Amino acid sequence: MPTKMLRFIVRRIIIIVPMLFVVVSLTWALVRLAPGNFYSGEKKIAPAVEANLREKYGMDKPWYIQYGRVLRNIARFDFGTSLKYEGQSVNQILRRALPVSAALGFASYLLALVVGITFGTLAALKQNSWLDSLSMVIAMLGISIPNFVLGPLLVLLFSLTLYWFPPALWNGLASKNIVLPAITLSAIYIAYIARLTRAGMLEVMRSDYIRTARAKGLSEWQVVTRHALRGGLLPVVSFSGPALAFLITGTVVVEKVFALPGLGNYFINACFNRDEPLIIGIVAFIAVSVLVFNLLVDISYAIIDPRIKY
Amino acid sequence: MPDFDDQAKPKLTDTELHVGPEFAVAERDVAEIVSGEIEAGASLWRDAWRRLLRNRLALIGIVIVLVIALACLIGPTVIEKATGHPYDFIPREASLTKAFPPFRSAGGQFSWQHPMGTDTAGRDVLARVLSGGQISLMVALIATVVSLVIGVTYGATAGYVGGRIDDLMMRIVDVLYSLPYVIIVIVLLALLPAKTPVGQMTELFIALGAVSWLTMARIVRGQVMSLKNQDFILAARATGVSTPRIIFRHLIPNALGPVIVYATLTIPTVMLSEAFLSFLGLGIRPPRVSWGSLAAEGAQNLAVYPWQMIFPGLTMALMLFCLNFVGDGLRDALDPQTRKQ
Repeated sequence: MPTKMLRFIVRRIIIIVPMLFVVVSLTWALVRLAPGNFYSGEKKIAPAVEANLREKYGMDKPWYIQYGRVLRNIARFDFGTSLKYEGQSVNQILRRALPVSAALGFASYLLALVVGITFGTLAALKQNSWLDSLSMVIAMLGISIPNFVLGPLLVLLFSLTLYWFPPALWNGLASKNIVLPAITLSAIYIAYIARLTRAGMLEVMRSDYIRTARAKGLSEWQVVTRHALRGGLLPVVSFSGPALAFLITGTVVVEKVFALPGLGNYFINACFNRDEPLIIGIVAFIAVSVLVFNLLVDISYAIIDPRIKY
Repeated sequence: MPDFDDQAKPKLTDTELHVGPEFAVAERDVAEIVSGEIEAGASLWRDAWRRLLRNRLALIGIVIVLVIALACLIGPTVIEKATGHPYDFIPREASLTKAFPPFRSAGGQFSWQHPMGTDTAGRDVLARVLSGGQISLMVALIATVVSLVIGVTYGATAGYVGGRIDDLMMRIVDVLYSLPYVIIVIVLLALLPAKTPVGQMTELFIALGAVSWLTMARIVRGQVMSLKNQDFILAARATGVSTPRIIFRHLIPNALGPVIVYATLTIPTVMLSEAFLSFLGLGIRPPRVSWGSLAAEGAQNLAVYPWQMIFPGLTMALMLFCLNFVGDGLRDALDPQTRKQ
């Protein structure tokens, strides 16, 4: 690996720390400055009980000590105890919820890659044919139908009318339960990936090295799979970074629609319950994964495309 | 899904938008001029207008967008005048457990009274979809304007001033790009529920506008960078025009094409984000409704009263579909370099 790239990677890793600091501080300040708190819910608590609870969770200390503790916790990746889910640490909740979201996200992105690249490539190879128009109209539909509309529609058709798939709940990666949520979540990626693949392939197919490959007498199949796809899929690779951010917001909705016990669902509930440790834990976790993932995408980009210099 | 389009990276948006420095004359334009389809010497806007008129899909899109927008604008008033009830009127005879399907009256026979049926409280779904549309459209438009103002000012300043300041400003944009700010917006809206409906909407405008100006800033910066070394700017500077005046009177008007295109594409994105937040119960709250909150309400009764979800959801999907087509059409019309090859 060239030293220049190494320097770039090191710089990017170092910048993750201040960015995480900003996100966490911002979130913590929001939770703190917003009127009300965890104990100001509908259920009235006796002042003595509240005082005891605050003491137990260390919330009776001055704000800078609490803030310092939050930062220390994050440095050790130990986010403390949830206020709402009594006796459960945030780490336990993360461990329980993450596999659900990760499995869903992984299945959706895989589906999107396979379907999106296939449609995009076919559209580019048969440019201006009915297949091209059809793929692009479907892609536009995928971008335009909100996932909270698509999800219930799929449930209505496949669960409540045809009884093919269960309408909600989680049963692990290898079960029928994942089918509808994965389709719902992947729709927009299928659309984006198909459009990006088409644009990338159209550009590549006109380039000189494809002409060279054809001139060597390679079959069209070989030209496309061995040479064109490698260049044509670059936009798709660079999309994978933002895609993770999309996926996270997407899972928030999809997990709500299908009542899945994933990160997104816990996150929304934590926000509504004002469960401070859980909010900060999930935000920090998401921030770290997005930042690390973006870094990985940039590195892989450089590996695939030798023209990129840092 | 908040599909916060602008979370895309620069590489992506650049390939997608191909922000060109100028509207070069493409081969196809020459052919058009020769064949008499386009007058030689016609202005950019006239050319663009002609191209747009020839793009049938975009035209159909514009018509549908206008029809839905008009219906949302005057529909609620018309319905109120015709029936004497506002959109959230709960009829006295309504029972909480029964909703009418589309085109059915209380007795089960055909009726024009509720073309989209009623919700579980007996309120007319059509009236609610139309007044929800008012709010969805308004939020989308104002948030787009907010993002436009921030993005254009920021991008033009960075591009024109250049040097270290430009480096710093763009580094800030890079950093903001990689923040999971949808998550922060959710925290913000969940923790600070505004008391008044106006406050709620203001919160939404700011939250949505503030997160969607990044790509706009990049596009404008690119445009300005390529324009600022041209002779007419030099002439302006030589005659002593001030920097803000050069930016706002000379640079921005010339960078307008891509800005309009991207702004058109921002509207559906923002609309989707608003709906996403409202669906989660964070955006528009009762008694006001938006398409997102209506869909959320309908989704809860999906098994029994599917129309309560289908009509608001599909209206919104149709609107987004057409807006996206219009945006693509405008891009093709205004920026011939990137027209579908």
